[in-house]
Amino acid sequence: MALGKEISEKLREAVDRDLSFMHICGTHEAAISRAGLRSVLPPGLKIVMGPGCPVCITPQGEIDAALDLVERGCIVATYGDLLRVPGSRGSLESSGGDVRVVQGVHKAVEIARSTNKEVAFISVGFETTAPTVAATLLTRPPENFSILSCHRLVPPAMKWLLEQGEAKLHGFLLPGHVCTVVGYQDYEQFPVPQVVAGFEPEDILLGLLMLVEQVKSGEAKVENAYPRAVTREGNVRARQLMYEVFAPVDAEWRGFPVIPRSGLQLKSGFEEYDAQKKFDIPIRHVEKHSACICDRVLRGIAEPTDCRLFGKVCNPRTPVGPCMVSHEGACRIWHMFRVRQK
Amino acid sequence: MCIAVPAEVVEIKEGNVGVVDYGDLKQEVRLDLVDVKVGEFVLVHVGFAIQKLSREEGLETREIFRQVYAAMQESE
Repeated sequence: MALGKEISEKLREAVDRDLSFMHICGTHEAAISRAGLRSVLPPGLKIVMGPGCPVCITPQGEIDAALDLVERGCIVATYGDLLRVPGSRGSLESSGGDVRVVQGVHKAVEIARSTNKEVAFISVGFETTAPTVAATLLTRPPENFSILSCHRLVPPAMKWLLEQGEAKLHGFLLPGHVCTVVGYQDYEQFPVPQVVAGFEPEDILLGLLMLVEQVKSGEAKVENAYPRAVTREGNVRARQLMYEVFAPVDAEWRGFPVIPRSGLQLKSGFEEYDAQKKFDIPIRHVEKHSACICDRVLRGIAEPTDCRLFGKVCNPRTPVGPCMVSHEGACRIWHMFRVRQK
Repeated sequence: MCIAVPAEVVEIKEGNVGVVDYGDLKQEVRLDLVDVKVGEFVLVHVGFAIQKLSREEGLETREIFRQVYAAMQESE
């Protein structure tokens, strides 16, 4: 990592104050923890994980809605990461229903084509995943197919974090894959240093260095440290398909209140595929009652090791909170890479 | 589930389906979201190519996933 060494030396020279940057991407957290990047950062420079794991931020009420669909006798198809996320009364894995793990929405449609039973796809994910669902619905799947839309958009959550100010952030490392799809023009509205970063240790160090330099020069703009994959406009076709099928809607995130226009609901013309309407499933707000601090981890104000449950009652085999379930959850990643120290 | 993996397009079939090569594994993916030709690299996410990549980026990024998956398997 010769290049990385050079960048981290530059970073040491550049950091002359306490700085805190947030990334919003589970894949960034995995790359940071795997390479042990936090140990080479200069003192004073802190990188915190925000709400970058779509499974983790799916609120309990939506998991409960998925469990309702199981109770209605639907075949429930979803991504493997969601299976063990606890709802108010168990998880999809423990529900005893016909729950199937699929690679993506197109595989759930294949199941629907092969049966007369109702198939409901629990559709989680940010702007990377929503276009795949949109493209699939545009192919007009069979009548016995529907989705529970749990999609979320990243910029509204960033807006909330900035307005709220609790995490005291100096800038954001923007999620490389989300920006691959939607570009970074939506982020230009935020008056804060932001850099789109890739996933090699060098990419992340370079992103951090560019953030530090922006802060020091008093600038606040979006820079692209991942031009190999990301353009300002992103994948225009994917973006168009997404908004042909979905419209923004106010939505709750786990650990957050309702964030305006941060979710996606199906537009008229696609309502027949809306599992919530088809089966009359309400989505309720559920208060949490445990010592789990996933909510604070997701808001960037606590680290996994701050949690009393971390690595003890809460571990990948018996997860208490969603951040220990998903491969993109901060707790799961820290546990995997044996991150113990602060 | 939000992980996106680079792969080379090795075949294009009817109905927006293509076959990609991840290095060790070939798989069918959906091509609804991109215009690609055989030999180009794409980023694959939940069974869909979500964007085209340069060849260099494709090969480089592939390596990081190999390492992450190796670590995941160790921990399970």
